[in-house]
Amino acid sequence: MKKDRYSVFSLARNSVNYHQDWAEAWRSPEPAGEYDVIVVGGGGHGLATAYYLATEHNVGRVALLEKGWIGGGNTGRNTTIVRSNYLWDESAHLYEKSLKLWEGLSQELNFNVMFSQRGVMNLGHTLQDMRDIYRRSNANRLNGIDSEILLPDQIKEIVPAMNVSGDTRYPVLGASYQPRGGVARHDAVAWGYARAADSSGVDIIQNCEVTGIRQEGGSVRGVETNRGYIGAKKVAVVVAGHASVLAEMGGFRLPVESHPLQALVSEPLKPVLDTVVMSNAVHGYVSQSDKGELVIGAGIDAYTGYGQRGSFSIIEGNVAAIVELFPIFSRVRMLRQWGGIVDVCPDACPIISKTPVNGLYFNCGWGTGGFKATPGSGWVFAHTVANDEPHPLNAAFELDRFYSGALIDEHGAAGVAH
Amino acid sequence: MLEIECPWCGSRDQDEFSYGGEAHIVRPLSPENLDDREWGDYLFFRDNKKGQHAEQWCHSAGCRRWFNVVRDTVSYRIVSVYRSGDSSPGDPS
Repeated sequence: MKKDRYSVFSLARNSVNYHQDWAEAWRSPEPAGEYDVIVVGGGGHGLATAYYLATEHNVGRVALLEKGWIGGGNTGRNTTIVRSNYLWDESAHLYEKSLKLWEGLSQELNFNVMFSQRGVMNLGHTLQDMRDIYRRSNANRLNGIDSEILLPDQIKEIVPAMNVSGDTRYPVLGASYQPRGGVARHDAVAWGYARAADSSGVDIIQNCEVTGIRQEGGSVRGVETNRGYIGAKKVAVVVAGHASVLAEMGGFRLPVESHPLQALVSEPLKPVLDTVVMSNAVHGYVSQSDKGELVIGAGIDAYTGYGQRGSFSIIEGNVAAIVELFPIFSRVRMLRQWGGIVDVCPDACPIISKTPVNGLYFNCGWGTGGFKATPGSGWVFAHTVANDEPHPLNAAFELDRFYSGALIDEHGAAGVAH
Repeated sequence: MLEIECPWCGSRDQDEFSYGGEAHIVRPLSPENLDDREWGDYLFFRDNKKGQHAEQWCHSAGCRRWFNVVRDTVSYRIVSVYRSGDSSPGDPS
């Protein structure tokens, strides 16, 4: 199953043949009857989990089941921002592990995930915003995470298009800046992990929807799917918005609620913004893709929903905030708009955990900020599944914290409202 | 966008309302006897149904009264609206 390495030489060789002879990036095998581990969910997190199970933990028979096509859920619907400037130690360490994996990911996967460390700026608009920003920035530095405080004239140097004049409804008073943050190419992350996982022996099975979780004596035995029953010693569920639906199949409840989260992109423009700008107070975040489109993220709808679409008023408020920050964008036309389903935890932190069922593991509750965590999430989840106990990095993210009260409250503190 | 039928004011735009989460959650009657699991379940665990979901809305920019709505969380269709304290009238359609 060892594939040709992608390189400048393979590119040159294939160009001779008008690129007609590229090998498939991953197989499409029929499901076997039994696996050591079944990963449910073929987004970035699930693919990363399967990859690290096969490579870091040498699990022999791993299958990944995806009800649609890989990377078609939130992996293909987010705004691709990567950062690790979280307030609390537990989340800072988890997201920083992820950021460190991002930094070597293209080389490790032999797939260009286009990780671009163009910096992430979190704006403050009130005195209290700025106090929170100083606190978070200092906490980041104590955790070894790069963070700087910028004042309006320094922001203007980095982002000349932003209105920092102070004559706006919510004036820009300053920002925290993480230079190592940035963006990555969302599809490439899914495809890169899929190709690498497949090379390591993982069966990636698309169009295979899990309809039930079979248990015996409190232990998992396998999953029912629309392609028949598949046995497994362990089942690792990482399905974002549908986590509660899968938990119900397992016979327990989760403290997550699924909400629509929308994003939109503009027509392509010449380069105008070479960093990522986020604002908690007016709620908007924007970056410019390599194609030139402005990628704009909105907030979640307050109501729960599985419909992959949200309300227009959310976008209206979001675009108003962006235009106030960037008056130059006021006549830019928007090309596409879409929604994803995000599973939000009461403390805005994920659950990466064992469950009441032996051999059944859940990785969910990433809410509005899961993309940045893709490599780290898969890395710690693979460890949790392989060893039947959490890695120190995700020990605090157990389901039990909602009974013990040891919540990790990242609401707002994470630099953006959830 | 949703158009919500307030039981007192009639049909209004969603912007006038605020969302209040799952309906019919009963506050524990004897809180001093609850253990951590029961408190955790009451505070944090929700049904998060895919399909028909009973939920609370408040007409916050109108009469400011709370009421219940059954809504399909996939199609977002509002199935029924009823006053707090009543039980769901079912699906009239």
